[in-house]
Amino acid sequence: MKDKNHIGGSLFEGLSASWPVCLGYIPIGIAFGVLAQKAGFTPFETGFMSLLVFAGSSQFIAVSMFSAGAGAVSIIATTFVVNLRHLLMSSSLSLFLGRSGRKKLFAFAYGITDESFAVNFSKFKSGDWDINRALIVNYSANIMWVLSTVAGGYGGQFIRPHSFGMDYALIAMFICLLVFQLKGPLYVFTALVAGISAVLLSLCLPGNSYIMIASVFAAGAGVFIKKILKSRM
Amino acid sequence: MIEREYLYIVFGMGFVTYIPRLLPVYFLSGRTLPGWFIEWLDLIPAAVLSALLLPELVTTGTPRLFIPYRLDMIVAVPTLLFAIKTKSLGGTVVTGMGLYWLLDIIFI
Repeated sequence: MKDKNHIGGSLFEGLSASWPVCLGYIPIGIAFGVLAQKAGFTPFETGFMSLLVFAGSSQFIAVSMFSAGAGAVSIIATTFVVNLRHLLMSSSLSLFLGRSGRKKLFAFAYGITDESFAVNFSKFKSGDWDINRALIVNYSANIMWVLSTVAGGYGGQFIRPHSFGMDYALIAMFICLLVFQLKGPLYVFTALVAGISAVLLSLCLPGNSYIMIASVFAAGAGVFIKKILKSRM
Repeated sequence: MIEREYLYIVFGMGFVTYIPRLLPVYFLSGRTLPGWFIEWLDLIPAAVLSALLLPELVTTGTPRLFIPYRLDMIVAVPTLLFAIKTKSLGGTVVTGMGLYWLLDIIFI
């Protein structure tokens, strides 16, 4: 029998949930490390940034802006806007974290990324998941991110990150986690509205604000449709 | 000096990234939320995942252009079918990677 509260058991379950995230972070992390090195960052500076910020797309944007000579204030403001979408993910996850202590919430919040959120939410939703396992997902992904970016900074040109289709790991993971979320017509409707409006918005809005706008709008449309269908019955 | 500028940037970025991650879990966890809000939050993951995914598949470049017949999109179709059929995360990731790798070799 496996003891559910055993640390080893949590560790194993956390890691078996997080491996696609960790795998997917390798090529992106290496690519970021290479970019940061070209912008004049030492591997230590790259790794320290990955540790403090831990948000891939904003780190890419920040380093590009830094190379282009942008100032600290505009880089930080851009980072804020790019990472604001985590508000939504953190809100959804809060549905499952009612009995967790404050310290763990502080530690958990740090590791909320698009990828860890997707894995943890789907695990929480299916039951059998707790904040300890979720923390292992977050921190194993974090360690992998930091190490990959440092590796890229040390000699990205010698590593071939694009082998074995690793570039596709996160996309395939998102496809499957989306399938897990589609538990009824209302979810399919919401996903379709979100996907189509995100594509349209991404073509006309700069940056990644389309993610948040499309998600807020689509989930709102889902709630609205549900209410209309209820009132008709 | 670059050192000081670097520290400002990194600590500033870390701070503004942490706040939106922290505030909802900190203030909403354990609260009694109105029903419509819970329903809305329950739909958010499907919405966010789809909003993250679809533009990645059918658009590319900066500014983004709509290019639906990209390798990313072509591989997504069998990957999606595999995910629906098997409901296996690991299997889907390996299948998606394998197909992408294979087709990437064939087409280049």
